[in-house]
Amino acid sequence: MRFGIVTFPGSNCDYDAYQAVVEQLGEEAIYLWHKDHDLQGSDVVILPGGFSYGDYLRAGAIARFSPIMREVAAQADRGAPVIGICNGFQIACEAGLLPGALLRNASLKYICELVRLRVENADTLFTNRYERGQLLSVPIAHGDGRYTADEETLARLEGEGRVVFRYVSGPGDADEWWSPNGSMRAIAGIVNEGGNVLGMMPHPERVVDPLLGSPDGLAFFESVLARVAA
Amino acid sequence: MNRFRVAVHITPRRGILDPQGKAVTDALHTLGFQAVNDVHVGRHIIVEMNAADRQAAERSTRDMCERLLANPVTEDFEIASVNNL
Repeated sequence: MRFGIVTFPGSNCDYDAYQAVVEQLGEEAIYLWHKDHDLQGSDVVILPGGFSYGDYLRAGAIARFSPIMREVAAQADRGAPVIGICNGFQIACEAGLLPGALLRNASLKYICELVRLRVENADTLFTNRYERGQLLSVPIAHGDGRYTADEETLARLEGEGRVVFRYVSGPGDADEWWSPNGSMRAIAGIVNEGGNVLGMMPHPERVVDPLLGSPDGLAFFESVLARVAA
Repeated sequence: MNRFRVAVHITPRRGILDPQGKAVTDALHTLGFQAVNDVHVGRHIIVEMNAADRQAAERSTRDMCERLLANPVTEDFEIASVNNL
């Protein structure tokens, strides 16, 4: 299976994503330059983390106009998996591939730390190798991660099981939602209506080996592999 | 074609948490400006452009705001001024 990892000017997690796919998952990965017009047969597209275009105007606002985004949107329309991590999530929201927006952290501080995530839906393309309710240790590293959407959108996301990951602290019950960045309803990751586009602020590609502090991100990539290869 | 300078105000939509505005409000209170009730921090963008007339310049800038300059999910914009250069 071939993962296409898009490099925008200012991307800095493209190599991490590459390593996760090639070294840990054992699959093929290629880099796609943002000015390319061709996904080169990628089965899965990853929009990686970083600071595309220096976050000018708003995080992701300029990158969404990169030539390759036209192909990424077409691929998403065809139902193929598209993964937006951190800046990739911001780009996907700006591009209208996912609802809502990611605003400045409520604390106004850049936050780089390991957080606890709860898997809210284990029946997705991206989470089928997890258990519902499973708690994961995954790092965040962002200044603009406060997920924001109107009430109608939030209700739809919840009702359709499209909130995939939530930030939690302590025991994993609903009363313990805790959002390091002020995200509405502690939302850390969502999928689109078709379930094939996922955006999340935490970085699963950084925790694919116990040596890196947690192996909890590996099942994320294994989930995609299990569904797409099937 | 005439040249215009169009100024746009972009502000966080009311009701959406604005931590920057809150931080500035608190700082102003600390400075003794107790009369301040609320502050909102946004962006001021100046576009210099060619257009047939003022209306065309304003229309075009509005389109820019809707498609790029403002995020329709979280921000409001207003055309603050259109000046003939």
